[in-house]
Amino acid sequence: MVGRNAEVAIRVEGLQKSFGDEPVLWDLDLEVQWGEFLVLLGANGTGKTTLLRLMSTQARPEAGQILVAGYDLKRQPRAIRRNIGVVGHLSYLYEDLTCRENLEFYGRLYEVKELSRQLEMVLDRVGLTQRAHQRVRTLSHGMRQRLALARAILHQPSILLLDEPEGGLDRQSVAMLRQLTAEWTADGGSIVMTTHNEELGRSWAHRVGVLSQGRVHFPQGSPGGKEAGRHAVAAAHSSNAQHLPAKAASQIV
Amino acid sequence: MSSALRPLLVMVWKDILLEVRSKDIIISVLVFGFLVAVVFNFALNVSPQRVSELAAGILWVAFAFAGTLAMNRTFVKEKEQGGLEGLLLSPVSRDAVFLGKVLVSFLFMLIIEGLLLPVFAAMLGFSGISWALILTILLATLGFATVGTLFSAIAVQTRSREIMLPILFFPIILPVLIGAVEASNIALGYGSGIGLDRWLPLIGVFDVLFLVICPWVFSFVVEE
Amino acid sequence: MANYPRAESSFQPMPATGMWSLASWPGYLAIIGLILMLVDVYLIFLVAPTDSVLGHVQRVFYFHVPMAIMSFLSFFLVLIGSVGYLITRKDRWDGLAHAAAEVGVVFVTLALITGIIWARPVWGTWWTWEPRLTTTLILWLIYVAYLMLRSYAPSRSQGAVYSAVVGIVGFVDVPIVYYSVVWWRSIHPSPVVGPFAQSGALDPTMLLVLLFSFLTFLVLFAYLLLERLALRDAEDRVRGLRFALRRAGYNPGAPD
Repeated sequence: MVGRNAEVAIRVEGLQKSFGDEPVLWDLDLEVQWGEFLVLLGANGTGKTTLLRLMSTQARPEAGQILVAGYDLKRQPRAIRRNIGVVGHLSYLYEDLTCRENLEFYGRLYEVKELSRQLEMVLDRVGLTQRAHQRVRTLSHGMRQRLALARAILHQPSILLLDEPEGGLDRQSVAMLRQLTAEWTADGGSIVMTTHNEELGRSWAHRVGVLSQGRVHFPQGSPGGKEAGRHAVAAAHSSNAQHLPAKAASQIV
Repeated sequence: MSSALRPLLVMVWKDILLEVRSKDIIISVLVFGFLVAVVFNFALNVSPQRVSELAAGILWVAFAFAGTLAMNRTFVKEKEQGGLEGLLLSPVSRDAVFLGKVLVSFLFMLIIEGLLLPVFAAMLGFSGISWALILTILLATLGFATVGTLFSAIAVQTRSREIMLPILFFPIILPVLIGAVEASNIALGYGSGIGLDRWLPLIGVFDVLFLVICPWVFSFVVEE
Repeated sequence: MANYPRAESSFQPMPATGMWSLASWPGYLAIIGLILMLVDVYLIFLVAPTDSVLGHVQRVFYFHVPMAIMSFLSFFLVLIGSVGYLITRKDRWDGLAHAAAEVGVVFVTLALITGIIWARPVWGTWWTWEPRLTTTLILWLIYVAYLMLRSYAPSRSQGAVYSAVVGIVGFVDVPIVYYSVVWWRSIHPSPVVGPFAQSGALDPTMLLVLLFSFLTFLVLFAYLLLERLALRDAEDRVRGLRFALRRAGYNPGAPD
């Protein structure tokens, strides 16, 4: 269930964040539409990860407002967490547990209904069904990333926040990721992804933003987030007649 | 209330499962606790005549040091793979995350203490494990777990985490230590003077007070 | 949707005096404090009567007690700053807590040293585990832990949060420590008596000297606290300047 003010998936206004003496983000505005795939690029230290961590409630802003899935970060962070799936730099996985046990743990924490079935489905989606009973310790990096992704989508959130998920993945895994994200936005969910791989980012995204000087800039002279976002999403979806807005709406709520 | 309890049980079960698989906390801390008692035995020259003076003290020094070691390792392990972050990302409240970790530390420490107790009894030559002693151990360990979990969460983020936890922990839990030693003395039949009706409530009040305060400040500790 | 404050987007010059820097106060306090201290020393050594039981050594009492009380008062300020900071996240509260901790640790260290100065000639031991002295020792340890946390924390704001937690937990703990040691002492009594205790009722002249001493150290404490706050204010202004420059695109040298 999304919150009251859910016309857009994510809205950021006047965001400011610094680490100690270092200002990282300031005056940052951003809007992410439902069904939009936004990729954030930027050099190291420009705040890509910080922005993602702010949106995922892992960090607190110094100033400004963040609305995710219609919920205010300051007032209802727990509701936000229910609606987002996060893949970060750390795997959030327990080495000595199996894939299945990891997912069971998180599934119970998130109170996922029909956990067993959901679990099977998600493992199948990321191609880890064969390895369900292997301990995470024995998995390669690519497999772990797949499991991390599985963990992120297990509770059927409406928004995915991915921090450099394609790093160190083989071609097969990248293809799997690509398919998953494409289906995700087609179903009406939103994705915000950071990456260093500019080529990949530009080819996957509906919209690309570049972080620098504390803000998100949209090249090609677009007038800042909203219009460009809506056009991009509409363009992407219009090419796919099957996926109607109504279907997207029903998937979310 | 069961919905509030559920995340706690899920967390505890996860940590038990992890410990059963890796066995890297309980066994190593057990050995450490045992070593502490051995060292004290020789350092203090514990003879049968002096057992009554020293037994309770040695017991609780060993328990306290073993406890800090166990809690430190639990948190380091949690932090390494981002387990704590994963917990914080979930819709579980910060209070529940904290209490879940307290419960886990409490359980692990009780297991370690339960296994060490008969060993110490045999080694140091005291006897009489009474209900009073068990109650003392339960109350004091709860105090250790509550304060220790909070400070472990802090210490694990700092530069010299091994030293930071004891420095934070020991001054604060001094009342629990004093209470536990004196109550144990009485429970083992060595003590006199102020009775259990003073010491156990002292530890109890400490526990209640910090079970209220620590969850509240924990939420500030884990935010960024 | 509520209105949240927008971040500053242009460099605004900081005010000439921040909240804590009361430009002329520290100077005056320093002078008053110096005068008071001279008078106090005179009173302590030449006016206060010699204790019948303990002799001249007892005069340490006039230093020790006010210092110990100041260190507890300071810790109360640490508590206020800590709670204020955790609730409001405004830096000035952290400034109060930090300054009070730094000044407080000085006072508690002196209190402990004077406690040792007392014990040695009177009892031949360096230390007495008397309840008040022991509580002062624990307070010292908590102060030290507080300041260590600030240095060892990964960032300044995290250091502020962690030490605020210690400030709060420590303050709640200190009374409990005191009572537990009192009870412990009643089971394991010691023949040694600490510098807080006095043989019999306090002579009126002694009481007056003690109160004057208390006043002197209060002024000294206030002076040190205000100076430290002013210093922190200056540090913060430098930080603000760096921040603004950074946002305008310049890259001033990395902070030390």
